[in-house]
Amino acid sequence: MAITVDIEKCIGCKLCVRACAQDAIEIVEKKAVIDLAKCNYCGACVDACKKYGAITIARENAAEGIDTDSFRNVAVFIEQHEGDIAGVSFEILGEGRLLADEFGEKLIAVVLGNGMRDKAGELVKYGADKVVYLDGPDLAVFRDDTYAQLVSDFIHAEKPNVFLAGATAVGRSFIPKVAARVYGGLTADCTKLEVDREKRLLLQTRPAFGGNLMATIITPRHRPQMATVRHKVMKPAKLDPSRTGEFEVRTIAGGSIAERTKIVDIVKEVESTVNITEADIIVSGGRGMNGPDNFALIRDLAEVLGGAVGASRAAVDAGWIPYSHQVGQTGKTVCPKLYVACGISGAVQHQAGMQSSDYIIAINKDPDADIFQIANLGIVGDLFQVVPALTDSFRKELGH
Amino acid sequence: MNIVVCIKQVPGTTQVKVNPDTGTLIRDSVEAVLNPFDEYAVEEALRIKEKQGGTVRVITMGPPQAESALRQAIAMGADEAWLISDAAFAGSDTWATSYTVSRGIRALGEFDLVVCGKQAIDGDTAQVGPGVAEMLGIPFVAWVRKIDDISGTSLRVERLMEDGYDVVELPLPSLITVVKEINEPRMASLKGKMRAKKADIRTLTAADLGADAARLGLKGSPTQVLRSFVPEKKTGGEKISGDVPELVTKLKSTIQELGVIK
Repeated sequence: MAITVDIEKCIGCKLCVRACAQDAIEIVEKKAVIDLAKCNYCGACVDACKKYGAITIARENAAEGIDTDSFRNVAVFIEQHEGDIAGVSFEILGEGRLLADEFGEKLIAVVLGNGMRDKAGELVKYGADKVVYLDGPDLAVFRDDTYAQLVSDFIHAEKPNVFLAGATAVGRSFIPKVAARVYGGLTADCTKLEVDREKRLLLQTRPAFGGNLMATIITPRHRPQMATVRHKVMKPAKLDPSRTGEFEVRTIAGGSIAERTKIVDIVKEVESTVNITEADIIVSGGRGMNGPDNFALIRDLAEVLGGAVGASRAAVDAGWIPYSHQVGQTGKTVCPKLYVACGISGAVQHQAGMQSSDYIIAINKDPDADIFQIANLGIVGDLFQVVPALTDSFRKELGH
Repeated sequence: MNIVVCIKQVPGTTQVKVNPDTGTLIRDSVEAVLNPFDEYAVEEALRIKEKQGGTVRVITMGPPQAESALRQAIAMGADEAWLISDAAFAGSDTWATSYTVSRGIRALGEFDLVVCGKQAIDGDTAQVGPGVAEMLGIPFVAWVRKIDDISGTSLRVERLMEDGYDVVELPLPSLITVVKEINEPRMASLKGKMRAKKADIRTLTAADLGADAARLGLKGSPTQVLRSFVPEKKTGGEKISGDVPELVTKLKSTIQELGVIK
């Protein structure tokens, strides 16, 4: 791969400099000079220079390394907590089914758990052509070495073309270890997956720079093409009771896999029972809540709507609510169907964690608050009046 | 306790803004900084050292100018700084970066603990920490929000999960990635800044790593960036003010029309 600037064509206009997210281009004596130590060959400058056509990237097509054709099928890692299958797993089953159909391949689900045979078998009815269920006492809860070992073994045995997992605390912990072992190409936290059928490539699009830049990533010469997928972006698979498929159960004997980490305790800490990354509705409070007690207003509205409680960094830093509720760059990234921001000014860092929500409502007394720039509906008003009145109104109507 | 902290130099995040007219990134006066999550990693390493003695070495992979991030870590109190830098590393993805950094850490000799920030704020992948652990062949725990206990042979940490935390024990040497909740990073002292200015930054090149050249840089990277683009920016919708009952009516009908309430 090589990137070159044709100095005959370059006019020193700096369009490429502005397009470059890596800060790799400088204009020296009115010509673009690319710092190869910084360039990641993304091609943004080539697009920016369309008019002059001065920058070109030569991508080598010679297939090196492995025989990519010997890898077939789309595999998805099914995450479970206490035997319940995580919401994001149904989303990647839905997306995996679409991808498998486009590639003309099968969809294989791999489940690690203990005593959840029925739930694992059910996944056939959610679109899997084959379910591989690994059952054993050491698989009940997530353990780093055990999960990385078994999923790597699964990949070596099944040789899938594509491998997907949820971009969860668990998925993002151990899938990179699996990718390190199998020398697969792994793309983090994808929000869009497409197929190039001719080249048998998965086009993986993900946000970077806190959502200010999107990048489409490919894995040309390695397999599997692996991705962790963000919650709530893909459509969940629907139950089809008539579907049939293969169901393979393998028993993993206790102590048969070397595990160096030891789980001493598992502590649940979220106030409400709804996990914010899985919630369809999130009601969030910020600095404008003026204190911990006022978060009751947020909780009440969230409860009546059947949603979860979120918070801005300011509210968490002030100690009004635990960190597990924090939305934003240093907290969680969420994309619910509805996000209600109450008393949140909307700093860039907060926006990075919630701007891909389907619908955003902001309630803030400051008409110039940044949050209004991304809100679908902005309410300029006193949240201490509006929020409880809204809760009451819903409570009366919904009768709870 | 010999601790190695992996750091990265990133653009100061708030400077990465998009020109709404041209849709391009505005990079004027971009200031390169130590990745904010790595400050927590440096701080935690310093706290362990203060309690237990030992050394804190910081290591980064990047272009020569990345040494300013190393100096920032020295200003905070790190003892030694290493820069892994070579044209051969250009175009590395997270796999090749994990490989290169793991070789770099091996080149430093003995260590007990490696600490990384949970992710870098430019790439946001969180893949290099676990990748390095795997390639070093040492135990790994992500998202550490607290170190409960650390001895010469093991440590007990709290790992932040979506709905709470896990208490995990692991033997040393091992690698952890830390989240912001773990501590409050210190400001560099004047003395620290003076020391950072004069500090000797040691460079490791591809030849120093004894690495497999086929696994380095673009050639060793499974993934490639096909294209990057600026997402369509959400634009503010309707903004209203008025009497509380009016606002409530509007809010309620809007939420009901979305059909999100079960």
